[in-house]
Amino acid sequence: MRSKFTVFFALAGFMFITAPAVAQDENHEELHHEQAHVEDAHHEDAHAAEMGAHDHHQEGAHDAEDHGHGNAGDKDIKTIIKETIDHHLADSYEFHITGPVGFPLPVILFDEGMKVFLSSKFHHGEAVAHIGDKHYVLHHGKIYSTDEAGTLNYDEHHHPTNAKPLDFSITKNVFMILVMAIFMFFLFSGVAKSYKNSLVPSKSGKFLEPLIIFIRDEVAIPNIGEKHYKRYMSFLLTIFFFIWFLNLAGMTPLGVNVTGNIAITLSLALMTFIITQVSGKKDYWMHIFWMPGVPVLIRPVLAVIELIGLVVKPFSLMIRLYANMLAGHVVIMSILGLIFIFGSWVASVPFLGLTLFLSVLELLVAALQAYIFTMLASLYFGAAVEEHDHH
Amino acid sequence: MEKLINDFSVGLFFWQSVVFILLILLLRRYAWKPILNAVNEREQSIEGALKAAEKAREEMKALQADNEAILKEAREERERILKEARDMKNKIVAEAKEAATAEADKTVAAAKATIEAEKSAAVAELKKQAATLSIEVAEKVLGQELSSENKQAEMIGKIIDDVKFN
Repeated sequence: MRSKFTVFFALAGFMFITAPAVAQDENHEELHHEQAHVEDAHHEDAHAAEMGAHDHHQEGAHDAEDHGHGNAGDKDIKTIIKETIDHHLADSYEFHITGPVGFPLPVILFDEGMKVFLSSKFHHGEAVAHIGDKHYVLHHGKIYSTDEAGTLNYDEHHHPTNAKPLDFSITKNVFMILVMAIFMFFLFSGVAKSYKNSLVPSKSGKFLEPLIIFIRDEVAIPNIGEKHYKRYMSFLLTIFFFIWFLNLAGMTPLGVNVTGNIAITLSLALMTFIITQVSGKKDYWMHIFWMPGVPVLIRPVLAVIELIGLVVKPFSLMIRLYANMLAGHVVIMSILGLIFIFGSWVASVPFLGLTLFLSVLELLVAALQAYIFTMLASLYFGAAVEEHDHH
Repeated sequence: MEKLINDFSVGLFFWQSVVFILLILLLRRYAWKPILNAVNEREQSIEGALKAAEKAREEMKALQADNEAILKEAREERERILKEARDMKNKIVAEAKEAATAEADKTVAAAKATIEAEKSAAVAELKKQAATLSIEVAEKVLGQELSSENKQAEMIGKIIDDVKFN
């Protein structure tokens, strides 16, 4: 168990590190912001192996940066690449596939009543949408309330100060979630139906059943225990396949980045947190507030630490998945971008190879992160339902 | 961090939570429960089949042991019967021999007795014959040689003695 974890954290750490390292190639303020987040996440899982790897990658990044400066007149390309990456990572009100191909998605706003309209009204952010007596503008992927002319007022950081209506739009990410939910429903209910004829799995069941059994036998039962694991199977299986499939969807050229969005990972982590607390037994709360077996004076101190741990656990779940997926996307797109920055086939070949290598690595990370999330969730559930017989 | 909070979409969070909870509930009802039950059922049936096979193997073993015992018993029975038969044969032969010997002895004894009786009869007859012959001889001798009565008596006495010592 220990060695497994070490491997996972080393790999996870690798992903944490590569992202900021390569992101330094882009001399853009916003990407540095991204980098800062990723670094924050990195501190979450401090690990000896990570620290060693960190220095190494930082050096590599500096080398690459020097080469970047050597190329004159690539500012425009860099801006384009940066915008492409941003566009790829961000949520969107339309499903953009490539060039002019794509389709608008419904916008749902709560601004003195529900306003529903298609995002095509914004004309890709170039027009003011007039809905009833309200006027909205799409600016840098966000919807702002404006006057009829669509005027935006800016503060000193060039951020609009206009009000943002409550936004429940079916964005690209929501659309992908819905598509994935429908896909998963038909996929797994199909597998379930195939058992009606024969207990031997058929078609997709042949591939999925071992994974389901893996989650049951290697994740749920060892961590939660034979007695309680059944209650959590639905959640664990759903979350594993949901994260994994969405991670894989992120590997397609469609440019979806669902699991690399903090709102998604927050929702998943929060659900894990709530389920953990709701299923917490007497022993669990005893261990948090009044740790048995230690001197009474130390118990309040431990309680504070345990309470912090209570919050840190879902927080680390949230950041780990978010940062890993975001970092993976940034790395791959940045390296792809380097091909265009160098603009030479001599550079294309190794960078294409590197991108291919990292894409394969990302395929591994896609499964790995789903596994880690499921594993840790079951570990927390296990701690909550654990019953000690020493008192 | 500011950008992260700024970029946080309440709508996305809302939809994700709603869709995910619905997905869990739907999949639990239509996928996970049937799948896990089927897998469980299959595992149990496999376990049952394995146990049955094990049991059958053990039964087979017991049966073989039984067969072995029966065979052994049969062999012993055969041995016993053969031995009995041999004993019986020996006994009968011995008895027959004994009976034959007894019969032969009896026959021999009877023959001996008969021979003895015949012999005695023959001796008696011979004696009688001899006496008769003697008398005839005596008559003839007496008739010719013994004229005097003294001589006759002496002669008779002498002859009779001779005959007796014979």
